[in-house]
Amino acid sequence: MADATTVRDRGAVTAPRSPFGFGWSWLGLVPFFLFSAAFMFLPVSFLVFGSLQDSAGSMTLQNYRDLSRPDIVNAFANSIEISAITAIVGGLFGFLLAYAVILGGLPSFFRTSLMTFSGVASNFAGVPLALAFIFTFGQLGIMTVLLRGIGLDPYQHGFSLYNKVGLEVVYLYFQFPLMVLIIAPAIDGLRRDWREAAENLGASPREYWRRVALPILMPSILGATILLFGNAFGAQATAFQLTGGTIPIVTNVIGAQIRGDVLHNPGLGYAMAMGMVVIMAISISIYTVLQRRSERWLRS
Amino acid sequence: MTFLQLSGVQKRFGDVVAVEDFNLDAAKGEFVSFLGPSGCGKTTTLRMIAGFEQPTAGRITLAGTDITNRPPNQRNVGMVFQSYALFPNMTVAENIAFGLKVRKTPGDRIRKRVEELLALIHLEGRGDRYPWQLSGGQQQRVALARALAIEPQVLLLDEPLSALDAKIRVALRQQIRAIQRQLGITTVYVTHDQEEALSLSDRVVVMSEGRIEQIGAPAAIYNFPATAFVASFVGTLNLIAARVVDAVAGRLAVDGQEIRAGGPIVSARNGDAVSIALRPEAIDLGEGAEGENRLRGPVEDISFLGSIVRIRVKAGDGPTIVSLDTFNDPQLRLPEVGDTVTISFAREAALILEPPAGATPTGTGGAPAAATVSGEDAAIAAG
Amino acid sequence: MRSWLQLRRRPVKGRTERGRQRARRWASLVFLIGVLYFVVPLIGTFLHSIRTRPDIFLAYRQVFADSKFLEGLRYSFVVGVITIVVSLAIIVPTAYWVRLKVPRLRPVVEFVTLMPFVIPPVVLVFGLIRIYSAKPLALTSTNFGSDLLLVAAYVVLSFPYMYRAVDVGLASMDVRVLTEAAQSLGAGWSRILLRVIFPNLRTSLLSGAFLTLAIVIGEYTIANFLARTQAFGPYLSLLGRNQPYQPAAVSLISFGLTWLAMGMIAFLGRSSRQRVQVAGAR
Repeated sequence: MADATTVRDRGAVTAPRSPFGFGWSWLGLVPFFLFSAAFMFLPVSFLVFGSLQDSAGSMTLQNYRDLSRPDIVNAFANSIEISAITAIVGGLFGFLLAYAVILGGLPSFFRTSLMTFSGVASNFAGVPLALAFIFTFGQLGIMTVLLRGIGLDPYQHGFSLYNKVGLEVVYLYFQFPLMVLIIAPAIDGLRRDWREAAENLGASPREYWRRVALPILMPSILGATILLFGNAFGAQATAFQLTGGTIPIVTNVIGAQIRGDVLHNPGLGYAMAMGMVVIMAISISIYTVLQRRSERWLRS
Repeated sequence: MTFLQLSGVQKRFGDVVAVEDFNLDAAKGEFVSFLGPSGCGKTTTLRMIAGFEQPTAGRITLAGTDITNRPPNQRNVGMVFQSYALFPNMTVAENIAFGLKVRKTPGDRIRKRVEELLALIHLEGRGDRYPWQLSGGQQQRVALARALAIEPQVLLLDEPLSALDAKIRVALRQQIRAIQRQLGITTVYVTHDQEEALSLSDRVVVMSEGRIEQIGAPAAIYNFPATAFVASFVGTLNLIAARVVDAVAGRLAVDGQEIRAGGPIVSARNGDAVSIALRPEAIDLGEGAEGENRLRGPVEDISFLGSIVRIRVKAGDGPTIVSLDTFNDPQLRLPEVGDTVTISFAREAALILEPPAGATPTGTGGAPAAATVSGEDAAIAAG
Repeated sequence: MRSWLQLRRRPVKGRTERGRQRARRWASLVFLIGVLYFVVPLIGTFLHSIRTRPDIFLAYRQVFADSKFLEGLRYSFVVGVITIVVSLAIIVPTAYWVRLKVPRLRPVVEFVTLMPFVIPPVVLVFGLIRIYSAKPLALTSTNFGSDLLLVAAYVVLSFPYMYRAVDVGLASMDVRVLTEAAQSLGAGWSRILLRVIFPNLRTSLLSGAFLTLAIVIGEYTIANFLARTQAFGPYLSLLGRNQPYQPAAVSLISFGLTWLAMGMIAFLGRSSRQRVQVAGAR
């Protein structure tokens, strides 16, 4: 995510005047924009056009109307539910973890290893992650067998790796670390003299947290949680490897529609993708706004 | 009656002793400064009064109660931090009201008190601004108001003005002193700027390397420094190497020229090398009055410092250079560089101190040149 | 004279030694739970990988003997390196230029670099195929062309991480002043970039590079649809469908390699002020 550092701009004073108001300097950005256009915007524009076409190629709004089909709505509902739950749980425990290693009085080695591990684990998604959980908590997984041996078969007690809850548990494996990585700099940014000023004015540690630290951290925490939501929403390979598509989520349904499984309708897939883009774009925008606010406070 | 008392306070960090044997009795309503270079322990001592550091030995008493082991949120001392430490998520009014809210003061009392304080710091009507919308000087005033809101028994300020521009610093420090006088609140003010300390305080505690060098009123510290450190840190000072010729008569030799001290020399014997501390403003151009000391030599340099003109004169043939300050009087005819002049000063103006390290007993050749040492140079040298 | 404010105060706990100990106990508990949650699946994977009898390391031996494993690693590694180079070549000058000359366009550039988060990979790859499989380019009909598309897609995917890493790195060094100093000594743009900017961004570049590498090696969807079955992601997926124990071994090996890479970033970045980067997951 972009850092919102403000730059003292003295203006592009040396450049000659051009109709764009800031000189010809923007030409230096052309390679970047060209590349993005060729390999990102253009393909994505297919999203838009494709969503307005039916299988014969003529223009139609039917795909968007189809978005209200119960199975499509169900897919969106599933995705939103899974993303929201893993974002909130991931945000909460991720925050606690980050707080524990930074301000909890633990040796600094704990902090560096958690940070390094989080860098790894937040990327450990998709096929390997799903497999790891299957090997451990699947029907024949190591832990399952172990627990069965002592009479505590989790599958008899309602747990299953292959339902929504199981999927959420797996998703948390990259949600926790992501939260830790995002919130750690913010916790670091809590200045020591804010705590001392609060204590000096009579606040107990709990009051300090309630009145000062948590409010200051709240934009960062909210922003990070929203980012986690977007992250989970866009995940695909993990769920597919784990459930084979039995739990319909937006990303997998899009894949199925576009790829050409049984009742494929690429136009519908594109329309769903548009819906997904809208949701993701909203969450990233909210995150950026909150991020700027927290940066301003934490730098003061 | 002592209001704030520190007895035998010591702070150790492992092997490092940051503060050693600190003793202070401050009266109610007194304004005390801790003055010294970076690392001298003044901030550490202040933080011990506030409760953010625990003394490894000694006691701190406030209004008769021993607060040495009290947690910082139960001491009722108000602290103003160097970095202001205003809560960024709260408005100015909310910042000021914070201590009152913690004490569960009723809302209308809080409102009234906040208004009082906003008026006190001349920021009426700005209560709903956020800290990042204010200038540095304004933020510092809010920090002051916030500390005062809880009616603390002691006000502690940790280099509150060091981050501000020079002009604002002067104006703000006078405001702080005026408010302090008006409220009659005992205040401890930490600074490395000796001008601040001298102009604001009732008493100054000069510190160096964790120890108190001298405690006294500003005039006493300036005019009668107890140690070479105090003499060189506070104000500008000539430190002249001299040799005792006749201790009983108080005669000394500076680069072959003879001067006399105000009385017999007790701290050194004939032939010893000593340092003479001499304030630039105590020296005059010209022969001076009867019985005053005179030195004669060529003018090395003349600096125009605004209201003061600083003239550096070589004392005879030797390396010693003496600085004298004279008021910038347009009618005064100043000498040119290279002119030979006579300068004079009263016998009592010369303070005899221990010689600087590295001084040799002989008056020629190996004697170190006199240094005009300003407070900052001493601070840099002291590290 | 005490004011009534002081009389109303009630006793309150401060930051005592006991309070600190309690905080430490809570922190240890939280940390322990975290460690358990993270480590157990890894242990499970490991134990599963040694379930083979009689030779418990059979799975590992098979993996290393399998040419497809090495081929997958090699291919994805090479693609990753090329992706990193291309991405750096585009992003570093862009980030530098934006900071220096056109700060007003910064939000635009940031937004563009965030777009890859918003686009589902499957949509991206389909769009790419549709455009570039048609004449006259017809990239997908050749291996080389498909490889090119793969690199292009991965470069796009790396934008958010690369840009953020470089941006943070540029923020921590005063770009404007360094550039002006170099210019006053007579340096041209390419020299400034090569000799002044790149060397000072060492840590950011490395962290961005390692992240990109991790993403490329683990990526499945795009490689699959571009029929790059020799890439590591499709290899692992296929393995997971066909073999019982080897996938566990491979997962652990790739996890270990990623840990190594991240450890290197942390090690190399320990002395500099540039922060280690955030990753996302799919």
